[in-house]
Order: sequence, then C-alpha cells, then structure tokens
Amino acid sequence: MAACSVEELLAKAEQEEAEKLRSITVHKELDLDFDVGSLLACDKNRIESRDFRGQKKEDFLRALARDNTQLLINEIWKLQTERVEEAIVAKLPEPSTRLPREKAPLKPRPPTKWEQFAKLKGIQKKKKTNLVWDDTAKEWRRRWGYKRAKDNTKEWLIEVPETADSNEDQFSKRTRAKKERVAKNELNRLRNIARAQKVKSPGVGLLPKAQQSRDELAQAVSVARTSTASAGRFQDRLAKEKAPRNSGKRRKFEPLIGDFSSERQKQLELLKVLDSRRPKLDITKAVNAQMRQEDREEAAAKHGRKGGKGRAGRGGKMAGRRGKRGKAEGGRGGGKKRD
Amino acid sequence: MTQLDGIVKPKTRRSKRFMESRAPKLTEDVKRAMIMKGGNTSQIVTEALKDIEFFSKKTDCSLFLFGSHNKKRPNNLIFGRMFDFHVLDMIELGIEKYVSLSEIKNSKCPEGTKPMLVFAGEAFDTDNEYKRLKSLLIDFFRGPNVSAVRLAGLEHVLHFTALEGKVYLRSYRCLLKKSGCRTPRIELEEIGPSFDLVMRRTHLASDDLYKLAHKQPKALKPKKKKNISHDAFGTTFGRVHMQKQDLSKLQTRKMKGLRKRKGDVVAEGDGQEPKVAKVEK
Repeated sequence: MAACSVEELLAKAEQEEAEKLRSITVHKELDLDFDVGSLLACDKNRIESRDFRGQKKEDFLRALARDNTQLLINEIWKLQTERVEEAIVAKLPEPSTRLPREKAPLKPRPPTKWEQFAKLKGIQKKKKTNLVWDDTAKEWRRRWGYKRAKDNTKEWLIEVPETADSNEDQFSKRTRAKKERVAKNELNRLRNIARAQKVKSPGVGLLPKAQQSRDELAQAVSVARTSTASAGRFQDRLAKEKAPRNSGKRRKFEPLIGDFSSERQKQLELLKVLDSRRPKLDITKAVNAQMRQEDREEAAAKHGRKGGKGRAGRGGKMAGRRGKRGKAEGGRGGGKKRD
Repeated sequence: MTQLDGIVKPKTRRSKRFMESRAPKLTEDVKRAMIMKGGNTSQIVTEALKDIEFFSKKTDCSLFLFGSHNKKRPNNLIFGRMFDFHVLDMIELGIEKYVSLSEIKNSKCPEGTKPMLVFAGEAFDTDNEYKRLKSLLIDFFRGPNVSAVRLAGLEHVLHFTALEGKVYLRSYRCLLKKSGCRTPRIELEEIGPSFDLVMRRTHLASDDLYKLAHKQPKALKPKKKKNISHDAFGTTFGRVHMQKQDLSKLQTRKMKGLRKRKGDVVAEGDGQEPKVAKVEK
C-alpha cells in the first residue's frame, strides 16, 4: 500500500515537472547550432513553405523566432552565473564562429643586415648590464646615452697625439666623430626599415670616413664630376686621368642597317654559347658561395657545440674539441692521397 | 636627423600613437561600419565604391553599407566588408517590403544592447552565397565582443529567415516570463524595423583570399600543453617527478620497541621506488 503511494507520488512529481518544463521546451527535428559566445543560433531545419503560406506570414515568423529564441535562451541560462552589483551576469565562452579578420595578421620583422651577418658568422647576442661603474665619477652610470659612463666627449683634458696637427681642436674632433657615428647608425636603421617594407631606397653615395681608400676616392671624384647641371657631360678629364671604372653603363643601340660582319660575329658567338651544353662557371661567384657555405657550417657547428655545453657541462665541450681535431686530421689525410 | 625617401616617420608622439592604432594588431578592435547613401545614377555607384575604399582607409572602417535606388535595381542595399583595406565580400540586397522602426508603436530596446542573432532556414547552411551572407550579417550585427552578459538585459532578437529565395529580417523585443523553473519562458514582440530582402548581385572573395582572411596569427592559437596525455575515456594523465624518498625518516607505527635510540645506525634500504610514476590527475 505504502509502496504504491510512493510510486504514485513519484509519477505525480514527474508529471508536474514535465508540465513546468513544457512551457520552455521546444521540439525540433534537427538540433540547432549554438555559438553562445556571440549569442548566435542557427536553425538548419527545413521550413515548410505550406505552413508559411497557410498561416499569416508575420505570425508564422514570430512563432518560429520564438521557438528558436527559447532554445538559445535555454542554452544561455545553462551557463555559469555570478552576481555583479545587484545584477545576475552570465559568463560567456569565447565565440566559436570564425569571422574574417579586419587586417592581415602580423608578420615577423625580417632580420636586419647585422642580424643576417651575425647569423652567418654565428655571433650571439650577449646580455649587458644597463649600469656600469664609472671610476672617475665614482658612481654607477648608464652604459649608453645621456650621462653615460666613460663618456669620451665630456673629458676636460685630452692629450694631443704626436702625429696630430697642434692647431687641431681635439675636443671638437671627438664630438664630430661621435655625431657622424650616430648619423650613420640612424641611416642604417632607416635602410633596414626600407628593406623590411620593400621600399626602394636610393644609394647612399659616400659615407664620411677617417681614411678613404683609393677606390672610394675615385668614386668621390666621379660623383663630383657628374653632379653638374648637364650630368657631367661637358666635364673635361685631366691630362693623365683614367676613365672611371664601374661608373654604370649607358644603353647604346646598334644602327639597324650597317656593320654586317660584327653582327654575324655576335650571332655566331651566341650560338656557340647555346650549343655548348656545359654551363659557364663564374669562378668568383662560385668561390664566394663556397666560402659563405663554409662560414655557415662553422657557425652552425659552433652554435651546436655551445648548446651541448649548456646541457651536459664538461662532456659537451670535450666532445666538441675532439670533433675539431678529427676534422684537421681528415684534411691532412686528403693531402696525402693527392701525393 | 637623416632622411630617407619612401619611409614616413611620425614626427610627434601623437601621430605615432595614431599610426600604431591603425596598424594590424594581434587581437583586433571591434569592426566599425560606414553607412553611405548613394545617388541614383549607375556611375555614381561605381565611383562610390572607389570612395568607400578610400574612406575605409581614412576612417578605419572595415564594414560598409551602401544604399542606392535606380530603375533597374530599386531600393538597393549593398552590404560589404573589407580585409586589409580591400573589398572582401559584397552582397546586394533589394528591399521588397519595409516597416520602419517608428511605424510600430511600442516600447523599444535601449541603444547599444547586444542582440541575439538567430538564423533559420536550410539555405544558410547549404548555399554558398547564403553562407557568406550569414557570415557578413553576423559581422555587421554582432556588436562588441563581450565576456559576460547581464541576463535581464538580453532583450533584443534579430531573426533572419531564408525562405523561397527571400531573406526575412525581423527584429523583436524579448520578454522574459515566469515558467515555474529557473529558465524563463520567452515571448516576442515585434519592434521593427523589418525587411523582406531579395538577394541580387554578389561579389564574393575567392576561396583562398577568404581563407587567408580567416587565418589566425600563431600567437593567438592555444598553446599545446606539454606532458599531458588523455586516454580513450577522456581521463587526463600527467607525470609527476619526485625526489628520492628518504625512507629512514618514514613515520611508521609508534611502538616502544621500535623507538630510535641515540647512536643507532639505520640500515639504508636498496629497494627504492622508481623515480617517475604515472599518476592520474
């Protein structure tokens, strides 16, 4: 008797529960896709166009919208909630719908000229402290910049070198040199940016230098000569002056009808090159490529050895040394064979 | 300072900040939309598109809506979006029926509420053009990206129905009624505006450009956690590394006879446990 009543009670409770839920449950053939993060629901069910025509259009749409919204609300109410300033707030997950970005994703900055070179040579960055001890000022000072330690432009007394001109101002010489170094660095920085942005930057011409080499002097002369209104067209040469080398070529065209023999010669030469299958070897280029390759390998080997040392301690260092000796021996062996 | 052609350097702090705000970012800002009214000649439409690209760069808006009207295509709305200052998608929709916001007289939603978006109809899932339209509309109407919502503030629903080649846009106010349990029952009340739209011309991005636009930067992708594995039942396994245990200090049952005396040498036990043990987290 008692058991029966319990069952009855349970059934009744279940019914009540169902009654309560009925007002918020919606039956759909296919489940909706939810993206609660962006408060979005997608109903993939087929809409019967008969129903649409039969019922009043607006009422049908509103009924459909109500059902879908109810399902979305049910989903949102399942989320974790918390109370913030007397309002109940539901935490939303990250939106799962992927939308196109507004701008292209960030690209890593291409390496600067120095970074390229350092990689080639296996030079690694060393962390330096910001402050260094200045012995003259007796305090810790910045390594670089304003009020730096050991600032050689701020000295109150400079020894004049024996070779220097006694009338030359050594103080202004140092400041000038520093200013030039700063300017050069700034220029290089801009050139790096230009290379990164693939903007064509003009050649810099001649950078100021303490000692100019012969080639640089020649280049300076040629630059000076072409810097006239007529681009150096009417500029005379000195008596024993040679024609400037590497000054760029001007395109010249052969006359359409004229020297047949030279033309024939050219065509024959071209054919000869085409005919011989063996590619022409540019020795300078090949040697440069080889040297660069060796540099790279050496840097990589050095790099690898250093990494090993960090982990395995002494063992790695010794292994590296052994490898070096082996290489040298290999070289000698090759020599013998050649004999 | 040294100057180099082709590189524009911001001269002041303010302009530098401005340039940075316009540069691509890892997590992007909310997209902004630009709404334009067109004239009624076709040449203007083409010129307007050029203008849109220009203005999008000026105002940093990546969404645009262009309205025009002519005899061939009356009541035209062009929804579009940009990627990297170029037009990605453009979809032309014609308005067949329109009821404005002010025509329906009842209480409205406050401005700036984040709407709930509901899409209904097979077409939004099967047809390529409708898929893009859906994505575009989400982009337009989703509002800012938020981490939490006030439950009582969810009162605006935008419902898009694709049926028989038309798109019905309806905007409802959502009334939360008591249902007897925790989740409320929903009643809807139309507040306008409502549109019956027809899709006209489309200009969709090629698939590879579309894919490129969706590409997520590496830094935003979730990082894979090391040394954690899962089995078929979804149980997480981790690895715990332990120090060598000192068994001599192990506390066993206290007994008078086992008490340690001074000067007593404890024999070292060889049978140590293995250092690494697989432990269920």
